Amino acid sequence: MSLLEVTGLHVWFDLQQGGELHAVQGVGFDLDAGERFGLVGESGCGKTTTILALMGLLPPTASVAGTVALAGENLLERGERTVSPHRWKDVAMVFQGAMNAFNPVKRVGDQIAEPMALHEVADGAEAKRRVGELLELVGITAARADRYPHEFSGGMRQRAAIAMALACEPKVLLADEPTTALDVMVQAQILELLVTLSDDFGLALVLVTHDLPVVAQVCERAAVMYAGEIVESGPTTALFHNPRHPYTRLLFAATPDLYGDEDVASIPGAPPRLDRPIGGCPFQPRCDRAFGRCEEARPVLRSVADRHAAACHLNDLPQEVPAA
Amino acid sequence: MSVGPDVATGDIPAPRLRRPLDATWRIVKTQPRATAGFVIVLFFVVVALTAPWLAPYGVTEKVGPVFEPPSPEHPLGLDDAGVDMLSLMMWGARVSLVVGFAAALVAMLIGGTIGLLSGYFGGRTDTVLMRMTDYFLVIPDIPLMLVAAAIWGRSLSNIVIIIGVIYWTTTARLIRSQVISLRERVYVKRAHAVGAGHGRILFRHILPQVTPLIVANTVLTVAIAIFAETAIAFLGLGDPTLTSWGKLIENAFSHNAITVDAWWAIVPPGIAVALVILGCTMVGQAIEDTLNPRLRVGHLSVRRFRLRPLQGTDQV
Amino acid sequence: MTAAVTGNGDAPLLEVEGLVTRYPLPRGVVGVFARAPQRYVQAVEGISFTLRRGEMLALVGESGCGKTTTAQSILRLVRSDAGAIRFQGTDITTLPSKELRGLRRRMQIIYQDPYESLDPRFRVRATVEEPLVVHRIGSKEDRLHEVEAALRLTGLDPPELFLDRYPHELSGGQRQRVAIAASLVLHPDLLVADEPVSMLDVSVRAGILGILDDLRRRGLGILMITHDLSTAARFADRIAVMYLGRIVEEGPAREVVGNPQHPYTKALLSVVPKRDPEQSTQPQILRGETPNPVDVPPGCRFHPRCPIAGDECRTFDPELRVPAGARPGHSAACLKA
Repeated sequence: MSLLEVTGLHVWFDLQQGGELHAVQGVGFDLDAGERFGLVGESGCGKTTTILALMGLLPPTASVAGTVALAGENLLERGERTVSPHRWKDVAMVFQGAMNAFNPVKRVGDQIAEPMALHEVADGAEAKRRVGELLELVGITAARADRYPHEFSGGMRQRAAIAMALACEPKVLLADEPTTALDVMVQAQILELLVTLSDDFGLALVLVTHDLPVVAQVCERAAVMYAGEIVESGPTTALFHNPRHPYTRLLFAATPDLYGDEDVASIPGAPPRLDRPIGGCPFQPRCDRAFGRCEEARPVLRSVADRHAAACHLNDLPQEVPAA
Repeated sequence: MSVGPDVATGDIPAPRLRRPLDATWRIVKTQPRATAGFVIVLFFVVVALTAPWLAPYGVTEKVGPVFEPPSPEHPLGLDDAGVDMLSLMMWGARVSLVVGFAAALVAMLIGGTIGLLSGYFGGRTDTVLMRMTDYFLVIPDIPLMLVAAAIWGRSLSNIVIIIGVIYWTTTARLIRSQVISLRERVYVKRAHAVGAGHGRILFRHILPQVTPLIVANTVLTVAIAIFAETAIAFLGLGDPTLTSWGKLIENAFSHNAITVDAWWAIVPPGIAVALVILGCTMVGQAIEDTLNPRLRVGHLSVRRFRLRPLQGTDQV
Repeated sequence: MTAAVTGNGDAPLLEVEGLVTRYPLPRGVVGVFARAPQRYVQAVEGISFTLRRGEMLALVGESGCGKTTTAQSILRLVRSDAGAIRFQGTDITTLPSKELRGLRRRMQIIYQDPYESLDPRFRVRATVEEPLVVHRIGSKEDRLHEVEAALRLTGLDPPELFLDRYPHELSGGQRQRVAIAASLVLHPDLLVADEPVSMLDVSVRAGILGILDDLRRRGLGILMITHDLSTAARFADRIAVMYLGRIVEEGPAREVVGNPQHPYTKALLSVVPKRDPEQSTQPQILRGETPNPVDVPPGCRFHPRCPIAGDECRTFDPELRVPAGARPGHSAACLKA
């Protein structure tokens, strides 16, 4: 049994003008303590909604189905009642833009201590001591706990946001685009920190990003999301060297590499709308390898190699293996 | 190098034209408060416009005894001179509303211009204009209105200008802060980089964005202006030749309506003033709310999302 | 077009020499009374480079290094304090403001955020047409032709599909294409692209960069400001790496990436994540943040973070020169290189 097992996760949002948006369409993955898992995709693919669903942080317009099992216990069993005891205590999150979400008139240390008091983990002097430890852990001197957010640089605020997520010693850390607005050097520092946290403390990390190279360098395994579903998942080396879904291959081809010589090509077209049912493969209109069946039947995510799965009809053609 | 167009066009909805009836119904459904306010204001506007034809009697026509209580012929009774209250109310609506709207318009013009210029040019212009605004803001309004009305005379146009000149400050400050944030928007900077002059940037890029805010604010000012006019008239400084709601209250009050229990001479104009103010406030606030949606709920607050059983076919 | 912007044909499109741009820091009431010395944010501290027609130069660096200020100084959107900016042979730093309009026709800018850079109330047609209207060019019909041509050039083809749309009806990539089209209708000679793809999805970035590449081939000079070394390496002809208001290394893109000379460039390149998970070089992470451009360290401004700094680096401020290990045309500002 893995630490975190997500199966058949669906999320719908009611639309104001009627109808609904099927934002997450049967996402499943698992991860163990100390593992780093990447969730990659473009804007609107449902990656952020997926991890918000794991935290039970969806608005009243959302409805959710599926199971999120944390050490065997289904957090979605009874909705809010079963998620809230674990939120921040066992599953914590670094929100997108968290470094800009600090209250400007409260000391950073007090803000980090807030979840501790909220979840009755620690209080008063004990909380203060732990805030100091947490700050040191993420590479900020403990004395800075008394400073205000504007006295921190962007990178330090992001470290503080990570410290805040770690306040209640969670087992799973969900990080939503933790380095997107940062400079490369600071990005490297933050990624190094996340790697250290998972290596040294067995923290299970879900890294949500649109940046393939970041996932390639940080995570052992990753899933590529498109139009609300996982289209391919597996070890990052396999995704790069032997992609089994054309979208994965094209995404890598659209990402310039420092020393790469090959042409960088965009993927024509746009993702499908999610407020109506998709017949066939959602990627078919943009796919360079689509054939008859892609328009008729929606491919199902199935295993193509050890711990490597893809949702593409090409994998059913016996002799045809999509070239890397 | 592939210049692959990411231009799939089928998936982006083309501009839709909604039928006016549908649109109206949508607004009524989603904005009940604004609708109610609008209906109230509209009612009084219609009454004011149609007074010359619909008012049963004239404003000086004595039709019965002084302070006659309401009866089927005179549903709101008669006033201190035996004039039909209903007719007076309808005529009074004209004056009160004209003063309200005209004064709000004056306030909008002054406040809008100062806010736009102050916010857009910033620097010294801003300092001077805002200091001026501060002075107007701290002047006690009612005493100033009384003094001004006493000095310059009590004509309708004077009252409109006085009220307008006193109540433009909020508009100016609101517009200014909005313009300051718009000025920093990238598309405004882009227009500048393209070579567009101040006039074009102000009128084509900034003004259209603040117009809804100006409208909302003006509607709110109408309410304040009507109240101010009522106050002025009640204190006996209104235009003596015209009948406004405030004047009606003042008349009744000074002719001992209270001691003879003639509530019908005081309460209806009071209610009318209150209703129009309420209506304007409801409309104005509804517009403001649409402009500034409430801050989103904090991340850690409880969210009551729903659970849904999976239909067998959905499972993939 | 004014005389100021008609230069001779032989001069490079853009020559920047010793450009300095500083922003005064507010001293505050106490500071004014105490006669505290006026302090400055030294955003750009004496940089020089040349951009030719048909060339794309990438200005690379971390936030606060002065790359955006450089672009704004060149466009005369901020005033520079010293140095010369020669556009087609004419120094534009001293150009009176009324001649700026003519200049603005020749140089255009594309902003980072396509969601912010289009007026939400303007249809595509009005946005792209605006520069023509501002400069009173052509009849209504001519302008429509220009607009359509510009839209085609940016891949929004057929233009009729887009003319009447509002920004909110377009995807991010499409918006950026509209922004580019609007900067092209005046047929500028210089295009400044400020992080043109960083807000866009990965799958559409190449398309936008491809358009810029195409424009470069048609003879435009493009100054691209970016923090993304991979993009610069792949699309630019030359790369200039900036650190604290200075260019610390400059040269052909391939040379700078393949044979970096300055320790800062080396460190930057080492932390760029590679696509191939197996190809992980040892990232050489510099500790701390970029020092702020108000208190610039004496000597070489990089020495406090430099792994190979020696004593002379603390006192001597190096200039750009061709190091022993580099080919001509590739220079670095480092004593140790």
